[in-house]
Amino acid sequence: MSLVIRKYCSIVNACINVDGKTAFSDPEQDGFKKFIRAAYRHFETDYPKFFKMDSLSKLGFLSVEVLLKGESISGKYPIEKTGIILTNGSSSLQVDEKHWDTIRNREQYFPSPSNFVYTLPNIMAGEAAIRHEFRGENTVLISEGFDAELIFNITDLAFKTGSLESCICGWVEQYEDNYESLLFLVEQSGHENMVEKSEEDVIFEPSTLLKIYKQEL
Amino acid sequence: MKPVFAGAENIISSLGFSAVENISNILTGNTGIAIDDSGIYFPSALPLSKVDYAQLENLFAGTVPGEQGKFTMLEKMFILSITDALQQSNINITSPDTLLIITTTKGNIDLLDPDLQKEFGKQRIFLHEMAKVITGFFNNPNRVMIISNACISGVLGIVYGERLIRSGKYRNVIVSGGDLMSEFIVSGFQSFQSLSEKACKPFDKSRDGLTLGEGCGTIIMSSGADSFNDIDVRVLGGAGSNDANHISGPSRTGEGLFLAIRQAMNLAGIIPEKIDSISAHGTATDYNDEMEAIAFSRAGLESVPLNSYKGYIGHTLGAAGVIEAAISLRSMKMNMLFRSAGYEHHGVTKKISVIKENMEKEINTCLKTASGFGGSNAAVIFQKV
Amino acid sequence: MEELIKKLKVEIIEVLNLEEMEPGDIDSDAALFGEGLGLDSIDALELIVLLEKNYGIKIEDPKDGRKIFFSIRTMAEFITENQK
Repeated sequence: MSLVIRKYCSIVNACINVDGKTAFSDPEQDGFKKFIRAAYRHFETDYPKFFKMDSLSKLGFLSVEVLLKGESISGKYPIEKTGIILTNGSSSLQVDEKHWDTIRNREQYFPSPSNFVYTLPNIMAGEAAIRHEFRGENTVLISEGFDAELIFNITDLAFKTGSLESCICGWVEQYEDNYESLLFLVEQSGHENMVEKSEEDVIFEPSTLLKIYKQEL
Repeated sequence: MKPVFAGAENIISSLGFSAVENISNILTGNTGIAIDDSGIYFPSALPLSKVDYAQLENLFAGTVPGEQGKFTMLEKMFILSITDALQQSNINITSPDTLLIITTTKGNIDLLDPDLQKEFGKQRIFLHEMAKVITGFFNNPNRVMIISNACISGVLGIVYGERLIRSGKYRNVIVSGGDLMSEFIVSGFQSFQSLSEKACKPFDKSRDGLTLGEGCGTIIMSSGADSFNDIDVRVLGGAGSNDANHISGPSRTGEGLFLAIRQAMNLAGIIPEKIDSISAHGTATDYNDEMEAIAFSRAGLESVPLNSYKGYIGHTLGAAGVIEAAISLRSMKMNMLFRSAGYEHHGVTKKISVIKENMEKEINTCLKTASGFGGSNAAVIFQKV
Repeated sequence: MEELIKKLKVEIIEVLNLEEMEPGDIDSDAALFGEGLGLDSIDALELIVLLEKNYGIKIEDPKDGRKIFFSIRTMAEFITENQK
């Protein structure tokens, strides 16, 4: 069994690339919040819950959305065999600080449930799973920076045990003004459901992940 | 494929600082949940399961003299927990063959407080910084793996550790899960109206919410059967899943948890009839326990003795999976089913067999499950050799 | 009452992040949950916080929320009756 990267998508500096080609960029570059909204509209996403998400979930959600545009993963693989394995550096610190602000003063003590629910980094994976009905393994790991070995090992082992037949994996990071994401759609080469690409398949291995990371982010 | 053995359990909770101490309290029926009216965690009084910090500091001073000021409260728990586990095993933590997996939901979240942040620096709030401090303390040469996946973090740590050893990537994996009681967590769960005013009562008819806890648990896994000096237990396999239903509400059909259990049984090569006990998640919220009962029932596990340990030590979040698996390993080695504290009258719509009294029983195979925010579920199966 | 209803609509759009809605889009008598605005359980909890924060009214039993938060109008009526 060999795993291949069927598609990849990166978001950084107000620019969204798919397979290395620009799919959307916001020339105004006016902060993350405006950019991610403009991108949401550009890709004609119809999902009002998007606006309820924290910034990290918005970034993760939209990355998955763009990655899967034109793909029909849900139709090809059993939903319980499609997983999301994400890595991240700052966990949910941005929204953690927001929650802290609602409780630091006992005179103004109004913790918000819709804010608190996002104080876990794996909620972004949950949001994407709900949107696309992926019921397979679903994990968020924390690493200081993009860690190709980590992403590879966890994803590869999930395939090797037979727990997954397709997977979205990668790196989604957001804290204060910094944001970047790089996601890969991974499938098994030769799987009956996989439509072979016309060009050569990109093999899913740590060196390839690192190469794409250096090229994109 | 290499076999994976598990042992060397440590538990730090409101019931003590070692597995032995915790188990002895569970056997006597003591609960670590008590009303906290300190005002530190919440404006009004609330039942919580707290670690005795004075004793923790004492133990730490005895174990690592002169270094108390260097570590946060949670880091001290991790260091003590891993130290105690290592003493029950002959594995070498400084070897490149040994990986450390840290599981936590909020890490050093207490450092959001400006005073504490001044003392330790803002960097330490980042989970990778905290984890680096811990591996640095033990001189482990590998990049630490950190799982922060809500309340299933601990079980996922065991599942991934097992896979990494089985595939030959590492000989030993130390999985340590920890989370701290904090105003941050208490206020959030209170805003969700999911905290009970009394000690939580998993699966009981009168349950009305969860009780928060804190602590740390450690388990060592190894492909070497000689890594532990007591009875051998193997990790047969495990899996995760997602409900794909709601980010905070449990699934009404138990689908996600059912899928995780089914996949864990597939990987372990175990049929439902072979499972002797279940350590459930059992938070004691209305919807969670009902969801779990539906999933267990769908998986054909209605008659398997089941408990939740949260009536003893509360919900320890990212530590829960490891702490509760550690208790389960002890339960298997002792051939003893532990009473599910807080359960009196059956309170879920499906038949499940919640343990009402401590009971001797041959336990060869045990299923541990967890479910959490984000719709995530995980299951892992242990078996005595 | 109509003033309060208008104010509530603005507040709800803000705290529940109903990004693409204007106060005029919300029918004062339509159901907020289920078929209507499609709000969920987290939104219900957030509305409880809104009542406490902006109007000083505490709802002790979340089950009461179902009646109070049926529509914008029932919310406004509840606030009028309970505000000190």
